Amino acid sequence: MQVDEATVRRIARLARIKVTDAEAKGLENELTQILQWVEQLGEVDTSAVEPMTRVVPSAIKMREDVIADGEIAATVTANAPMSEDEFFVVPKIVE
Amino acid sequence: MTDLTKLTLSEARDGLKKKTFTAAELTDAFIGAIEKANPAINAYVLPTPEHARAQAKDSDKRIASGKAGLLEGLPLGNKDLFCTNGIRTTACSKILGNFVPAYESTVGQNLWNAGAVMLGKLNNDEFAMGSSNETSAWGTVVSPWRRKGKDGKPTTDKLVPGGSSGGSSAAVAADLCLAATATDTGGSIRQPAALTGTVGIKPTYGRCSRWGIVAFASSLDQAGPITKTVRDAAMMLKVMASHDLKDTTSVDAPVPDYEAALGKGVKGLRVGVPKEYRVDGMSKEIQKLWDDGIAWLKAVGATIHDISLPHTKYALPAYYIVAPAEASSNLARYDGMRYGLRVQGDNLTDTYEKTRAEGFGKEVRRRILIGTYVLSAGYYDAYYLKAQKVRTLIKQDFDKAWADVDVVLTPTTPSPAFAFGEKSGDPLAMYLEDIFTVTVNMAGLPGMSVPAGLSSEGTPLGLQLIGKPFDEETLFRTAQAIEDAAGRFKAPGDWWMKG
Repeated sequence: MQVDEATVRRIARLARIKVTDAEAKGLENELTQILQWVEQLGEVDTSAVEPMTRVVPSAIKMREDVIADGEIAATVTANAPMSEDEFFVVPKIVE
Repeated sequence: MTDLTKLTLSEARDGLKKKTFTAAELTDAFIGAIEKANPAINAYVLPTPEHARAQAKDSDKRIASGKAGLLEGLPLGNKDLFCTNGIRTTACSKILGNFVPAYESTVGQNLWNAGAVMLGKLNNDEFAMGSSNETSAWGTVVSPWRRKGKDGKPTTDKLVPGGSSGGSSAAVAADLCLAATATDTGGSIRQPAALTGTVGIKPTYGRCSRWGIVAFASSLDQAGPITKTVRDAAMMLKVMASHDLKDTTSVDAPVPDYEAALGKGVKGLRVGVPKEYRVDGMSKEIQKLWDDGIAWLKAVGATIHDISLPHTKYALPAYYIVAPAEASSNLARYDGMRYGLRVQGDNLTDTYEKTRAEGFGKEVRRRILIGTYVLSAGYYDAYYLKAQKVRTLIKQDFDKAWADVDVVLTPTTPSPAFAFGEKSGDPLAMYLEDIFTVTVNMAGLPGMSVPAGLSSEGTPLGLQLIGKPFDEETLFRTAQAIEDAAGRFKAPGDWWMKG
């Protein structure tokens, strides 16, 4: 798999990471190299194999649907880069 | 008085019990050592001496009133991936900034409930992504070990302590804590342990709660200890492991008394030696180390069996699909809105993109991009699903092996510790550091590294033991047999204490 600059930019956009022109060039090679290396998995016949989901088979655990905590807005917003009156302040989304 | 920092965890426990010294004295010894050595080693990204002194004071009270816990008064280091209530936690990434959690990780809480003392937060590769601690936003960690030059004299080359738990391994090896917490997603406990002459165990997936540990790859991450001895690791894991309602993947199974397993010996134990681990270009000294391990276990009554784990070579490429995929998903939460860094852009998307470009380091960005690629529309089946199927085959290899053997013995790493920069230019060369450890995470099994010898450069090498799911006890008794035969390995000189 050859990763070109357009693909790097598309992926970076999906990942919401800004890349400079110089970085995009370097990433083309690095991602190509890594993806070519993982392509060796194609040698393995997995047509009759289930994907692994758990180490030890066990039933999914259930718990009571009850409120366990809450009323801690100040704690929740304490680390926000911007907050006001226990609300997160975020950039304007709708024009 | 003897230097209290040189004690093992179990020796310190005995000393406190006999009242040879107090928890306050023990803690002060470590605080002094950290002040002296941390500028050279950089193992701690945040020493917490006041917090430690307060905990030690409480410990001394509990000891006096006969209410001591299992790790009462014993000073530990805590990897910066573990959230600490009221104490800055960054996963060694700029993007978490000055994040101060309002909660404690379950593993951490278990340790403090048992009376342990926290000396501070330990350095690691950013978000635990790395094998050399070179990707930390807080700078590299220097191993206390130094390699010999051709003339046989120690060089001043700065060696890596392994990664991602490089602060943990260096702090334990340099006597800057009695033991440390660590995490392992592809080898991040065992590889740094091997490179620093310390003991490290990654328990079975589900043995320790992942709650409150900054997530890297959720289906692979497990917490475990790095310690000076096998006994110390048994003491630590006993307390760290628990069933936790806050992590549905943690397992509701009794946690055995691992220390009790140490004396059981290995008579009649069936040890498997997988031929696929004899990789091309394996150095003679790693080969010899492995042969030594086989001979030691044989000498004390174990039987050795050749086994085959045919899908071994596919574990690393499959890992480099699964781990980045899960990381790209886990790290989507760092958007600059609710905590951590925010870099203001022209609009919302621009703010996200600038925040994440500036907040994440190079290796983390690289892995997020790979993960995003393999999960993007049209590629899920070809990459992630394929890798999860290969994972099933890797696990089945082990399932078959367990019919004939009780434990598997391999080297931990393909080579001894390297110097800064020697591998950081080439991501693939760095990824190969995990070639012997990563299968264990892919299959969810317990794995342990035990110091077993020195390289021709005079630096430590480790042997790895792999066990059946939830059979950490067999790892401990086998590791004890290796430690008994190989002895312990200390970095010579104490150069790091000389400022």
